[in-house]
Amino acid sequence: MLPSDASPVDQIGMATLPEPPLADGELPGTPAEREFTVEQRSQWKTIWRRFTHHKPAMISLVVFFLLMVFAFVGPLFWKYKYDQVLKKPPGANKDWIRPSWEHPFGISKGYDVLAQVMRGTQYSIRIALVVMVVSVTIGVVVGAISGYFRGFTDSALMRFTDLMLVIPYLAAVAALQRNVKGSTWLWLALFLALFGWMGIARVIRGEFLSLREKEFVEAARSVGASSPRIIFKHIMPNTLGPIIVNATLAVGGAVLAEAALSFLGLGVKPPDTSLGKIIEVGKSKATTYPNEFWWPVLMLCLISLTVNFIGDGLRDAFDPKQNRVRA
Amino acid sequence: MLSFIIRRILVSIPLLFLASIVAFILVINTGDPLEDLRTKQPPTPAATIALREHQLGLDKPPVERYVSWLTKAIHGDFGKTIKNQPVWDEVSRALGVTLRLVLFAEILSVLIGVTIGVISAVKQYSWFDYTATTGAFLLYSLPVLAVGSFLKYVLAIRLNRWIGRADDPLIKTIGEGTPNFCTPSKPYNCGFIPATTDFLSHALLPTLTLVLISFAGYARFSRASMLETLNADYVRTARSKGLSERRVILKHAFRNALMTVVTVISLDFGALIGGAILTETIFEWHGMGRVLVESITKIDPNLLLCWFFVTAVAVIAFNLIADILYAFLDPRIRLD
Repeated sequence: MLPSDASPVDQIGMATLPEPPLADGELPGTPAEREFTVEQRSQWKTIWRRFTHHKPAMISLVVFFLLMVFAFVGPLFWKYKYDQVLKKPPGANKDWIRPSWEHPFGISKGYDVLAQVMRGTQYSIRIALVVMVVSVTIGVVVGAISGYFRGFTDSALMRFTDLMLVIPYLAAVAALQRNVKGSTWLWLALFLALFGWMGIARVIRGEFLSLREKEFVEAARSVGASSPRIIFKHIMPNTLGPIIVNATLAVGGAVLAEAALSFLGLGVKPPDTSLGKIIEVGKSKATTYPNEFWWPVLMLCLISLTVNFIGDGLRDAFDPKQNRVRA
Repeated sequence: MLSFIIRRILVSIPLLFLASIVAFILVINTGDPLEDLRTKQPPTPAATIALREHQLGLDKPPVERYVSWLTKAIHGDFGKTIKNQPVWDEVSRALGVTLRLVLFAEILSVLIGVTIGVISAVKQYSWFDYTATTGAFLLYSLPVLAVGSFLKYVLAIRLNRWIGRADDPLIKTIGEGTPNFCTPSKPYNCGFIPATTDFLSHALLPTLTLVLISFAGYARFSRASMLETLNADYVRTARSKGLSERRVILKHAFRNALMTVVTVISLDFGALIGGAILTETIFEWHGMGRVLVESITKIDPNLLLCWFFVTAVAVIAFNLIADILYAFLDPRIRLD
């Protein structure tokens, strides 16, 4: 929802069809005269329509939803738990750990791999969501302040951003994560966010720099609106497009960054887990008993692909200039 | 132009200085390098621990440690690792390994990526464009981990087995070279041809992994950039002058599209000096990526600091090169 007193001009910086000057709900002519009905489409309806017409994005949305169900609801109903040690049944041959109806992903080190992968996917998505919320918040605040106030504040914040970009992201997170004892996943998420907000800040700063010069901001200022009000009520709603797109892509980036660190042995530690952690444990048996290795790798690919497709669809929907799908 | 370059270099120095402070803060928060020594059973004598602390400079306050590190680093002395080896020897060796991998891969991905991107843009909405754009998007979204593991475990190891060379693999999956390949006892290995063959058979898979992952990005980027210039007014002017299509595309559109592409390449290259960490780990190359992982796992402060320093210098230097190239290629940029 957009606040009613937001910009009178286009809300997300895109052209809409010119609308005839009609009062609300009034349509030209009587119904009998018209051969078709004209329905007024709001901006959000247009965006939603464009998004739903982006086939890969819609398919990805469904797949991603199923993944979430798999990760968060699956463990509640699956008959084996992630920490349940399975004993070799008497008389079974060495193939008992291979995939079967009892254990669709097979067994590794006495654990049911399906249960492990469900839990790993859950932790990966949890970490990614925390990273998304925190890094987008930092990025938007820094970008908004920088772009709105310009001048010294802007230079100071942007030099700081440059400095953060000089330090390699994964290395910085890994160095801090090394010292964490106890529960590790939340710390990892916070460190990833702390070193991963710079891209979003730059995008939002750019949006603010151009929007702050628009007439509706001048109008708001001239009637005495305060800076916070202009930032949050007038400019921020117009940057929702890039914020949503970047937030989506941040989820994919965080899942991959987490997997990379855990794969290197620098991410989450037991009792926490993640897809990267399972892959790290399973990599020594990638050729002999591939279940523990390839299933989490497949999950990782699925998350990364679906999130990128959803992000792509959202970008097309918000910014029809680089559109590939007509809607 | 010269004053522009000098000014940019002068701006970079404080940035590097600040980066070294951030790196130092990260390093002292990585953990206690003597953790193993302290928790060892039977307990290590306190005198031994105190001696090690003194050797590593841990007994001094952080500010003093930083200042002494910086003064030595400026003179080219990066200290010793926890195993008492000179840090710089280890880092320069790793840098060589990483460069061998990254240089080759980067050149290939740029050539392939830019070619595909430009053809896609020129033939927009053709079947080639759709195939290339979709393919690039898929590869761009795939994790390095998946691509590398797939090439290693599924393709290479099976291929080697299939052609009956599982013991002496044709495509090497481990390491940057055969250990002790050229020794006095094996003089036949020291020629140019055996050495090159050995390098290529080791480099094939990691290079392919890096190319598959990064060419897609360049293809996407140069397609977008090329589409922008193809729709520009000066391209229309060139066409209306009656220039051949070939000339319009190569001399007018492509040259201008290249400006932004060159900047992106330069920035990417700077980031790669820190090592293609995952690729190096999967194929067990001992480059900068491995140095990073080992220095953090074993908590080796001087080694980690030097790693941060070298990567920061690389990132800043290639930022600078990107700026200068951009200013050089685009005369519209104001230099003052």
